[in-house]
Amino acid sequence: MYRYDEFDEALVRERVAQFSDQVQRRLNGELNEDEFKPLRLMNGLYLQLHAYMFRIAIPYGTLSSVQLRKLAHVARTYDKGYGHITTRQNMQFNWPRLEDAPAILSDLADAQLHAIQTSGNCIRNTTADQYAGVAADEIADPRHYCEIIRQWSTLHPEFSFLPRKFKIAVTGAEEDRAALRTHDIGLRMRRDADGNPGFEVMVGGGLGRTPVVGVTIREFLPEEHLLSYLESTLRVYNQLGRRDNIHKARIKILVQSVGRDAFARMVEEEWAQLRDGYLTLPQEELDTIARYFAPPPYETLEDSPPELELWQSTSPGFAAWMNENVAAHKQAGYAIVNISLKPEGGVPGDITAEQMDVVADLAERYSFSEIRATHEQNLVLPYVRKLDLMAVWQGLQQAGLATANIGLISDMICCPGLDYCNLANTRSIPVAQEISERFADLSKQRDIGPLKIKMSGCINACGHHHVGHIGILGVDKKGQEYYQITLGGSAENETTLGNIVGPAFSAAEIGDAMETIVDTYLTIREEGESFLETYRRVGQQPFKETLYAAH
Amino acid sequence: MPLIKNGQQVADPWLALGDEETLPEDVPVIVSLERWQQEKDVLQTRGMELGLRLRSDQSPQQVAEDLQFFSLIALEFPKFTDGRAYSYARLLRERHGFSGELRAVGNVLRDQLLFMQRCGFDAFELPENAPVEAWLRALEDFSVWYQPVTDNRAPVSSLRRRLRVAAQ
Ligand code: HEM
Ligand code: SF4
Repeated sequence: MYRYDEFDEALVRERVAQFSDQVQRRLNGELNEDEFKPLRLMNGLYLQLHAYMFRIAIPYGTLSSVQLRKLAHVARTYDKGYGHITTRQNMQFNWPRLEDAPAILSDLADAQLHAIQTSGNCIRNTTADQYAGVAADEIADPRHYCEIIRQWSTLHPEFSFLPRKFKIAVTGAEEDRAALRTHDIGLRMRRDADGNPGFEVMVGGGLGRTPVVGVTIREFLPEEHLLSYLESTLRVYNQLGRRDNIHKARIKILVQSVGRDAFARMVEEEWAQLRDGYLTLPQEELDTIARYFAPPPYETLEDSPPELELWQSTSPGFAAWMNENVAAHKQAGYAIVNISLKPEGGVPGDITAEQMDVVADLAERYSFSEIRATHEQNLVLPYVRKLDLMAVWQGLQQAGLATANIGLISDMICCPGLDYCNLANTRSIPVAQEISERFADLSKQRDIGPLKIKMSGCINACGHHHVGHIGILGVDKKGQEYYQITLGGSAENETTLGNIVGPAFSAAEIGDAMETIVDTYLTIREEGESFLETYRRVGQQPFKETLYAAH
Repeated sequence: MPLIKNGQQVADPWLALGDEETLPEDVPVIVSLERWQQEKDVLQTRGMELGLRLRSDQSPQQVAEDLQFFSLIALEFPKFTDGRAYSYARLLRERHGFSGELRAVGNVLRDQLLFMQRCGFDAFELPENAPVEAWLRALEDFSVWYQPVTDNRAPVSSLRRRLRVAAQ
């Protein structure tokens, strides 16, 4: 993975010094809260319901064991002993004190971590496919491009005060695990007829109160033009994006109002001026960064060791975990291990300091010291020898991290909701916990099959509810917590927005409603059909009927 | 208002002329786009240097043909969160080759000075009681940058290249 050189190191240290000075000026009254707000937001520090919230960047979701231990240290020393993995592959702490912020950043900098641009109207931390570099279905490894985007976007002087926040996601694989079309820019790696790498460029996706599926404005962008094209797109947006209404300020609104073709033309016109200029990436530069992402020293191994079959036949728990949580690796004899942060009745995405240490240790022993965070709020060990799977499983199990539910109904995305968030209409964590308990039986979950529930406590859609196969949105009805259900959303290859199924349910009813939806699906599904496929075949009607029959 | 230009505090020889005010005899003035458009002839033949002030919704594209008449362009930040002028500044410098004074006016804050400078601003109007020394120090907050932009600072990529060459 990437390691800072002296320049990266210097920049992060200077940032810590700058922010320490800003906090000092706030604490001694030189800055009022209004003046301080944009400064702290540029450093991932939000003021929340009960406390500040600190968001730490995990660039394109990749962490080393050393870094994860450092996050554990922060959780223990400055917070209440746990952290939270977000849908943008970052880690969030819910209880830090403002006075501690400079010390936290300084400790993080010791492990090459920072909070730069994890909030504010700037280019946010770039996200990526959590299987980047190891997925069996990969066209090309996208990680060095992610790192190049990270560097280019960090303290970009022209784009630090955009109309609104700006999120970029990248994948190098066929299957979209990065929700590309829900991002301001989505980049999918392609190869041209001669095998040269490049990108399909999508713009204008986004969730929030106006969900929009992003559109492709360029089918193939050769790799050396990545930055000039991004700079052109951002420059068009920076000048023309709306600044009069915060709810209409995202690039999606601009793309919608001028139309895809006109927007693409504006970008191409700007690009005609910038391409082949000083942002063109020299091959040497690409190679230098790519070397950081060279494959680890893999052993030559048999792809299906006999031990694996033995373990699977003797341990049903292991076999279930193997089925649900272990994914195919591009290197023979290796596997990708998903670590579920959705235990029965738990808070989706939360992880304790002790668990972080366990994962860091397991990664060090069995995964070349590397960990990934996923936008579905789980973790991944990307390079595990199949021969080590039993040991890894046992290690995870002891730490309560071996729930075999990846991609199943209890693997929910859930925003913090009213328990932490000052914009929330409703709580969302207790609803997730209730659903997780109702469907606790893993064999039932396996029978239900792949099903993504995504839940937000208000219209800002931090929990991606629009693109949940089942989406749950918290709404306020005369001071009561209600939950509106959408069906048929998806952030995968064929991205779709869910449709509202009918009137919202109260907190007391929402659990039953979930069971009704699932039971309806089980009754009407055809052989081998997933929930989403069934929904796409039959539409809302059968679900409406059963959901509202009793009303 | 204190004025910083080219990294130090200087006196401001310019008069910011309101649209209704009469043109003085012997002072260089900064006028609005509207006034420039209406009084081009008078302003051009006055025998004095001329400055133009653009609001953040007025792209310099509109005066691309007239740039030779201006010794100064003031770009306004109505709120510091309105970042359009960062793009305008770069376009003026890099695309249109404007080499006169580029002045940041309006809601100019200390913590944004360095971004402005990197985009090609060389002059900044500070709030009335700003501690000028501290603001000048803010221009030194960072010594490394990733982006090649308008100023002459070498981006990290070229520093790395130099290191590699030196190591060979
Ligand atoms: C707890 C404090 C939080 C607050 C106040 C907050 C606030 C917001 C707001 C206002 C938006 C809408 C922005 C827009 O549409 O332009 C938003 C979007 C979003 N938030 Fe949060 N958020 C919080 C926590 C989180 C957490 C913990 C996550 C991850 C689990 C998250 C993930 C997201 C995502 C992915 C979006 C993007 C939706 C889109 O693409 O438009 N947020 N947030
Ligand atoms: S969706 Fe709403 S309630 Fe949930 S975290 Fe975002 S802003 Fe808060």
